[in-house]
Amino acid sequence: MKRILIYLKPYRLRMFIGFLIKVTGTMAELVLPYILTHILENIIIKGNWKEIVFYGVLMLIFSIIACLGNITANRMAAKVTTNFSKAMRKELFTKTLYLSSTDADIFTIPSLESRITTDTYNVHNFVGMMQRMGVRAPILLIGGISLTLIMDRALALVMIATLPVIFLTVYGISRKGVPLYTDVQKSQDSMVRVAREDVQGIRVIKALSKGEHENRRYDLVNKELSRKERKAGIIMGIVNPVMTLLMNLGIAAVVGVAALRVSKGLSSPATVIAFMQYFTLISMAMMSLSRMFVMYTKCAASAKRIAEVIETEEKYTVSDDKEAKDDSFISFNKVSFSYFGKKDNISELSFSLKEGERLGIIGATGSGKSTIIKLLLRFYDITYGEIRIKGRNITSYTREELTSLMGVALQNDFIYADTIYENIRFGRDISDKDIEKATKTAQAYDFITSFEDGFSHKLSSKGTNISGGQRQRILISRAVAGSPEILILDDSSSALDYKTDSLLRNALDSDMSSAVVITVAQRVSSVKNCDLIIVLDDGKVIGKGRHEELLENCPQYLEISRSQMGGAFVD
Amino acid sequence: MTDGKKKTKNSVTEKPKKSKKGIMLRLSRYVLKQKHLFIPAIIMTLLSNQLSLMGPKYSGAALDAIELSTGVDFPVVTENVLKMILCYALSAVLSYILSVIMVHLSQKITYNMRKELFEKLGTLKVNYFDTHHTGDIISHLSYDIDTINATLSHDLVQVMTSIYTVIGSLFFMWQISKPMILIFVFTVPVSILFTRYRSKKVRPLFTARSKKYGELNGFAEEMLSGARSIEAYGRQDVISDRFNDKNEEAMNAYYNAEYNAALLFPTINLINNVSITLVAVFGGILYMNSVSGTVAAGSMLFITLGGVAQFVQYSRKFAGPINEFSNILHEFQSAFSAAGRVFAVLDEEPEKPDSYDATELKEVHGDVLLQDITFGYIPEKPILKNVTINAEKGKTIAIVGPTGAGKTTIINLLMRFYDPDKGEIRLDGIPAIKIKRNDLRLSFTMVLQDTWLFHGTVYDNIAYGSADATPEEVRKAAESARILSFIESLPDGFDTVLSDDGVNISKGQKQLITIARAFLSKSPMLILDEATSNVDSRTEILIGEAMNELMKDRTCFVIAHRLSTIQNADTILVVRDGKISEQGNHEELLKKGGFYSTLYNSQFT
Repeated sequence: MKRILIYLKPYRLRMFIGFLIKVTGTMAELVLPYILTHILENIIIKGNWKEIVFYGVLMLIFSIIACLGNITANRMAAKVTTNFSKAMRKELFTKTLYLSSTDADIFTIPSLESRITTDTYNVHNFVGMMQRMGVRAPILLIGGISLTLIMDRALALVMIATLPVIFLTVYGISRKGVPLYTDVQKSQDSMVRVAREDVQGIRVIKALSKGEHENRRYDLVNKELSRKERKAGIIMGIVNPVMTLLMNLGIAAVVGVAALRVSKGLSSPATVIAFMQYFTLISMAMMSLSRMFVMYTKCAASAKRIAEVIETEEKYTVSDDKEAKDDSFISFNKVSFSYFGKKDNISELSFSLKEGERLGIIGATGSGKSTIIKLLLRFYDITYGEIRIKGRNITSYTREELTSLMGVALQNDFIYADTIYENIRFGRDISDKDIEKATKTAQAYDFITSFEDGFSHKLSSKGTNISGGQRQRILISRAVAGSPEILILDDSSSALDYKTDSLLRNALDSDMSSAVVITVAQRVSSVKNCDLIIVLDDGKVIGKGRHEELLENCPQYLEISRSQMGGAFVD
Repeated sequence: MTDGKKKTKNSVTEKPKKSKKGIMLRLSRYVLKQKHLFIPAIIMTLLSNQLSLMGPKYSGAALDAIELSTGVDFPVVTENVLKMILCYALSAVLSYILSVIMVHLSQKITYNMRKELFEKLGTLKVNYFDTHHTGDIISHLSYDIDTINATLSHDLVQVMTSIYTVIGSLFFMWQISKPMILIFVFTVPVSILFTRYRSKKVRPLFTARSKKYGELNGFAEEMLSGARSIEAYGRQDVISDRFNDKNEEAMNAYYNAEYNAALLFPTINLINNVSITLVAVFGGILYMNSVSGTVAAGSMLFITLGGVAQFVQYSRKFAGPINEFSNILHEFQSAFSAAGRVFAVLDEEPEKPDSYDATELKEVHGDVLLQDITFGYIPEKPILKNVTINAEKGKTIAIVGPTGAGKTTIINLLMRFYDPDKGEIRLDGIPAIKIKRNDLRLSFTMVLQDTWLFHGTVYDNIAYGSADATPEEVRKAAESARILSFIESLPDGFDTVLSDDGVNISKGQKQLITIARAFLSKSPMLILDEATSNVDSRTEILIGEAMNELMKDRTCFVIAHRLSTIQNADTILVVRDGKISEQGNHEELLKKGGFYSTLYNSQFT
């Protein structure tokens, strides 16, 4: 929580002024019942209606002060909250993008998402409410109690006695309510999950005539959700009647005790009228205070989750080992790596590539193909061995140096809701002309220009409005557009038909002849012309060489190759 | 939405009103069905409010007893204080009972509504699911019904309470002092008009705020899903800047809404305080005259101190519902539009029921004939034009062609997810539309490209569709699909629960589970739609044999990426632009030198 409140620091003065205004407004509101009592108790006796009107006008003035004070203070609070959230969210998001892959894996993407969305929202709400209610409620409470103590100490004590009960009831029940509603939320999620599954699987369900079965399955989660909601509702339903009862019992007690005191000449009936009003104000304040305590627990949990991300240390370090020790363009020297520090996901991998050479990596799902790419991009640091690029140790490159060398089309890569131009440009400084050129290399130009609005055609999030093959070609265009020295295609032409795939290879050979091209594939035809092919199995190299060599001395490669005779019919 | 409203107002003035009334009637039928809860709820509401309204009356009486210049009349005070306590205690108990009743009532209704809606979904045409977003359909079950629920469980009681409180308070205030009621003739309309006016102004700002928030969150989620690409291209700063633009917009929208909304509550408070001030001043003057004897007891202008106190209390009670008026109205509106959306689904046209003379399929031989089929999802845009396919028992028909050529459409027609616009499908010579739909569908086994698994154990997922399968059969099916050793390596074997956040299983493994499901089925026809596209080559070789076994003696319709899987088909149909452009077996098509042979040969260049 502390870490998060730092973002409020710049607005201390503003908050203080807002606080003062709020205090003034709330005090003005508190004075009203006091004047009312004064009118009824002292002025009326005098029988001077002019004086009554005078005090009436006074009440009016205080009402207006209260109104204006509250409006101004709330507006100032909104401003502070706005700036606070902006700063907090900004830092959180930027930090999230710069998280190392290892840290991102630990947090997981869905969790990071909810930290940016839900958690910042919770904190934002609380900070906003704190400034509005957090000031108002204590002042109403303290001011109200002080004023009643001045008016009649004994009566005030009667009233004060009920306050802890009110606080504990509301706080206790609301606290109890939080897990109940978490439960409701969980059931709601299961209900939605079953519904989603069924909507998506409607064909299978109809094909197998499982409608009845699905109705029963849904009925279970539906019933469960209803049960949980009922339970939460029944418990939370206690708060209001109990609150009202306690308040009214307090009033009854005040009336009773007042009768005794009036008879002894210690109090006046008008005081009782004032008390009734203060009591309402104070118990409302008590109620919102206890609600705030409940909200605080929620906010503190969110604040902690946000702070965890912000306080994560930067793992990307740049070493001084800038000396070039090798004349190859990329070299892996006995590289081993493990994601979780137990089993090696890559073990003792060595190879080297010269400028303009082509590397192919092939192997079954989970064999470690993409891991090699991630190491080359320094998403992860290797556990053993050495990776050199242009002879320099990879750890001596800054992020900018490293990324400016590379053009990458990753597996299941990222297309966002924007035009084709923007998706290929990806925030870099690349001219439209270069983009168009890149799409020609990537065999994307023709289908892009077939859209009515061509390169300005809007893609939907994840590129769902184009086909898989078209998506891949956009991604390859993106990788090619920056004229990288190292071009990485990670399983990024799997949805292309053989003809387009071979056209792509040819274009890459002529347009990107000086770049090192690394192709990860499941298809032999995508890698067979490479200068070097690495066959991976379970993180280990089981074959290394050119296509013809591997056909002879790597049985697994031969098997894969045979199975793929006869190609693919895709668009 | 606002546009739509405007239009309907201008053109068809009657319709929206009528449909709104219709929705209200229909919604009230759900409530009335629960008479045994609803009627007690009304009684509880009335009683509990009556009791809580009587409280101030007794406190006023007690005050008057205290005020007596002759000294405090203790018995009267005690009596009234006790009455107060009794009233409030009873009112609290009743209002709790009421809230329990309402929870039951609203839960019964929402449970029934969800059930009804879900079961309705099951009967709808597949077309409905193809033309509506999953998210939208789900939101009818969650968000819309929740909105209705909130209104039923909360607002309904509040409306009843409010009306009763307003009328009751007015009645009591009328009894205490008629002239003072005049104060509210001024303040109440001001309060109502002001709230309505402000709400109308502020509500769009809040809508804009939610929209901007949604955009911001959407952007964050989208970008995080591409975090690795952003890192690979070193684009963190650019993306952060874009995020901040959205952040700025969202926060400005928030500020804008809050800034304007900040006016509402304090102003309403001001109006209330003005009322109280007026009550104090006029009450004071009246009381002064009453005490001094200028006004005789029993006169309309007579008031006691207790009377003034009561009046203050009632006027506070009275103000609450008036202030809430606009909010509740708005909530009712959103509940009605939510109900409208739910009812629209309930009114969707279901799949046509089987005709009374529909044939039951007992023994299916397996001859399938598609004759002269023309079909389009939009009738003006046919996807298939005069297509004829004859599949004899045990033959394998492979369908190839570019995306969008209509391959999957053929399957939609075979399964009667859609019916052809022209032409006829026959199964063993019987027209498909004359066969009981369930029987027809059960005579096919499907393995689709989009693997469909549900949250449940591996075992249940495989046995889905074959409820009577024995554990041995399930095991054997898994073995045939080459997924047994993987399943056994899972922490709980066949009992492992498949879930989004649980065990990590790959697309290929999911596909194998659906293939295992197909192995359990004994239907005479088989549909494979890109069934092995997610399985890597080595595994595909492994299951190849099993697939042959699966296809044996069945009439098969195969759609595939890989030529290797269809080379052995009895007939290969090349579908292009809605027509069958080439037809024959592998060798014949190669000889022909058409589209098929071009594609086939491109792999060697």
